[in-house]
Amino acid sequence: MKKIAVIGAGPAGIEAASALALQNMEVLLFEKSSNTLTNILDKAFLFPDFSLANDMVDKLNKKLLHQNITLHVGTEIVDIKQEGHEWKIIDKKGMSYIVAAVLLSTGYTPFDAKRKEELGYGIYNGVLTSLDLEKMIKYNHIENSMGEKPKRIVFLQCVGSRDEKSGNNYCSKICCVTAVKQAIEVKKLLPDTEVYIFYMDLRMWGQSFEEMYRESQEKYDVCYVRGRISEAATTFDKKIQFKAEDTLVGLPLKMNTDLLVLMVGMEASCGTKQLAKKLSIEGDYGFAQSLNIHLQDNETTSKGLFIAGSCKRPMGINETIADARSAALAIMDYVDVNQSNKESLADNN
Amino acid sequence: MIKFGFNISETRAINLEDCDLENVKKLHREVSSFKLCVSCGACSATCSARQFTDFNIRKIHASFRRGQYAGLQEELKACMLCGKCTLVCPRGVNLRSMIINMRKILLESNKK
Ligand SMILES: Cc1cc2nc3c(=O)[nH]c(=O)nc-3n(C[C@H](O)[C@H](O)[C@H](O)COP(=O)(O)OP(=O)(O)OC[C@H]3O[C@@H](n4cnc5c(N)ncnc54)[C@H](O)[C@@H]3O)c2cc1C
Ligand code: SF4
Ligand code: SF4
Ligand code: SF4
Repeated sequence: MKKIAVIGAGPAGIEAASALALQNMEVLLFEKSSNTLTNILDKAFLFPDFSLANDMVDKLNKKLLHQNITLHVGTEIVDIKQEGHEWKIIDKKGMSYIVAAVLLSTGYTPFDAKRKEELGYGIYNGVLTSLDLEKMIKYNHIENSMGEKPKRIVFLQCVGSRDEKSGNNYCSKICCVTAVKQAIEVKKLLPDTEVYIFYMDLRMWGQSFEEMYRESQEKYDVCYVRGRISEAATTFDKKIQFKAEDTLVGLPLKMNTDLLVLMVGMEASCGTKQLAKKLSIEGDYGFAQSLNIHLQDNETTSKGLFIAGSCKRPMGINETIADARSAALAIMDYVDVNQSNKESLADNN
Repeated sequence: MIKFGFNISETRAINLEDCDLENVKKLHREVSSFKLCVSCGACSATCSARQFTDFNIRKIHASFRRGQYAGLQEELKACMLCGKCTLVCPRGVNLRSMIINMRKILLESNKK
């Protein structure tokens, strides 16, 4: 049986591992955390269908029960080297593994909001990130810094994305719809809380996103303001005060809120950045670079080295899963061709 | 002629055919980041001059870009050149330098 290494047990790594195992390959799946699916575990509901994140976690984890898959958790991969037709995978403890092909699925990290100091994350208790709010929603425990039900919640889009000052000119793609999703969830739990979303552009690109946006206005009274909040401070009564321009009216706007939620973007994870660099497949902003975004989006400049999921660019789960399956197919093709080449070489000798 | 009790005021439309965009081209040459603006309003929200007057640098920028220069030279006097706007712009527009150059260009063209 051919051995394949998959690095990172997020949705991409798990889906690819499972697809490969079903095709009779032996899969070594490495995950640096003690758990799989670290970026999904803390979520309550998923866009676009409000399905339970726990359900997704269970369904994906079940796929790992296949006998051809060996999962190594708590195993951070620090180096990957090509050795002839084979690949050597090295973990942090110095253990190494020899495999026929490698799939990099090391994913993303949420943007660290502390880097936008002027927005006060980590300084004022009333400033949260979308991840903090998601946890509050999950445990139905939405509170302001005084431990009371918030009267008003304000979302701010594009934190750490589309921002030259953060070094990220790209759009993270998932945060617009996440804000609309979370706004609806807040209104379901706290119908009397006012919810505002401050945006530069609302990018409702995916199936049913636009309808969700419409529903948020129609059914849940979510209020949209076009303008970027540039700084936040605290008031004597522990609220968050900020200034923006309502650019559609053309007038300045000053506002207080109990909670200011920063919609953080997706950056290449540490593992993605380090390994992509070592493997010379580093693309823009530290993401991994494929050979051709249209036709060879899982292949890289090294034969036998493949990439899938959000280690390439920001993407949601459905796109990630589709990409992982396409990577599995590319790996199967590669292993087949490699195998028959070897056999024909052996025949000639 | 029947008088209806109201006047037809001068047209409020921007006619791009009649606009003289020479000044815009000049500004592009001096401060190329000028054209990256997405009109997000972060600069005008944070602006020091905005706190005391109705000076709006985002609007001035938008008017200038459309060749609507009337009154801008006077309006721009409110700016204190503190540079706060430049610090917050997500698109990396060099607003401070843009303002200095707008002033120069408008001064020249208003002289003519
Ligand atoms: C705030 C927010 C909300 C979101 N909500 C949704 C939603 O509602 N619906 C939706 O479809 N998508 C959502 N997403 C996007 C979703 O999280 C991603 O699409 C998905 O997690 C991508 O999966 P992945 O496998 O590519 O990467 P990841 O989930 O990042 O998985 C990568 C894994 O690799 C591991 N790893 C990294 N480096 C190494 C290494 N060196 N060695 C071993 N392991 C390593 C990591 O620990 C991680 O477990 C959201 C994203 C954000 C930021
Ligand atoms: S998806 Fe929306 S919030 Fe996220 S970076 Fe793009 S425009 Fe900004
Ligand atoms: S902050 Fe920059 S992008 Fe935003 S309106 Fe001002 S100049 Fe334009
Ligand atoms: S430089 Fe001028 S426009 Fe910019 S913040 Fe200061 S006063 Fe406002």
